[in-house]
Amino acid sequence: MTYNGVAYAATPGESVLDLLERHGHAVPCACRSGVCQSCLMRAREGNPPAASQSGIKDTLRVQGFFLACRCEPEDDLRVELPADGAGRFAAEIVAITPLSEKVVELRATCPESFEYRAGQFATLVNEGGVARSYSIAGVPGLDDDLVFQIALIPCGAMSGWLSDSAAPGVPLHVQGPNGNCFYAASDAAQPMVLAGTGTGLAPLYGIARDALLQGHSGAIHLFHGSVQESGLYLQEALRLLEATCANFHYHPCVLGGDASEGVHVGPLDAHLLQTLGSLKGYRAYLCGAPDFVKLMQRKVFLGGVSLQEVFADSFLPAVTSR
Amino acid sequence: MSTLYERLGGEAAVNAAVDVFYRHVLSDDRINYWFDNVDMERQAAKQKAFMTMAFGGPHAYTGQDMRHAHKHLVDKGLNDSHFDAVAENLAKALGELGVAQESIDEVIALVETTRADVLNR
Repeated sequence: MTYNGVAYAATPGESVLDLLERHGHAVPCACRSGVCQSCLMRAREGNPPAASQSGIKDTLRVQGFFLACRCEPEDDLRVELPADGAGRFAAEIVAITPLSEKVVELRATCPESFEYRAGQFATLVNEGGVARSYSIAGVPGLDDDLVFQIALIPCGAMSGWLSDSAAPGVPLHVQGPNGNCFYAASDAAQPMVLAGTGTGLAPLYGIARDALLQGHSGAIHLFHGSVQESGLYLQEALRLLEATCANFHYHPCVLGGDASEGVHVGPLDAHLLQTLGSLKGYRAYLCGAPDFVKLMQRKVFLGGVSLQEVFADSFLPAVTSR
Repeated sequence: MSTLYERLGGEAAVNAAVDVFYRHVLSDDRINYWFDNVDMERQAAKQKAFMTMAFGGPHAYTGQDMRHAHKHLVDKGLNDSHFDAVAENLAKALGELGVAQESIDEVIALVETTRADVLNR
């Protein structure tokens, strides 16, 4: 087994956790019973034994994550802790297009070695060194560029730069990708519910199109919520997707104000539960404001989604240090 | 002689039971406010650890862990009535999953052994 470029040999019955600790490496851990998942690590080469991946979400499993305390290596592994120093890639702005009054689409060149899954997020670093993380709305195989949907925040360091100074051809750097809120095809017929507010639509739009691209046959229900209809961007594209894919259903939803035909007025959570009824057997993807995500995690679970089938991505605001 | 954990169906049974049990807990107004601020993803792992222990399965939680984990809740008023309500929801969930009353009694007896530690007595 290799860790930080050094090879170690496990004795029979010795776990990766024990092995690393024996050599003086600190690995976060707690229960040492394969339950608490504190000792999550990732194999970058070799296959971790099945027992070490028990209880781990599919999305992590397919990326080689395993529990160090349950892992008695059977073949050569190259392992790392999940918080790795992610690579930094050079990219260039291709286009900045308004999607609504408050959201722009940013397209940047996708660096050759930048491999991502639709729904993951990446960190953008501009010329001035401002870094912000955004969900990727694009899908590998459908979009040549890296596509982001970015909310324009008043006085926002990155969004201000995007609306005032940035233009096609301007260089930036991309880090990542990170996150495990993406489509993992374990059951192509499983119904899925995707719910998001604001630019929480970005990863969901990617996940939905990725699922369709991978031949998902189960129903895909996308609920997009906004305070007013002006915040419901991409309506046309989503209605087109609904018209062309029999198993894709778009449910736009606003809290108040005038709404055009087909847009529900009222809270998204109640609308979702009323529309779908029991959520037993569903997989759920929830993205957007932290309070919304937290509320929906509980609502969809109580509605019948298994704990293991809830995938969430909370968008935390940037905190400026003084 | 198979263990209670094996008889109940091991890890697969734990996963099924966690969903049903935790759904009951979150729907029970006597206790659900204790879970208002928990992170659902972390809670899933914790509930699984709890259920594994309740099933007599492999776990490494000690009385000290139980004490430490519940100390701040006891300070806020966690008491026997809450412990009883959790146990009641657990029995109800297992009943719904078709677990024999005899095994439910064994599970509840195991959970009962943690009462003093959970309530920091």
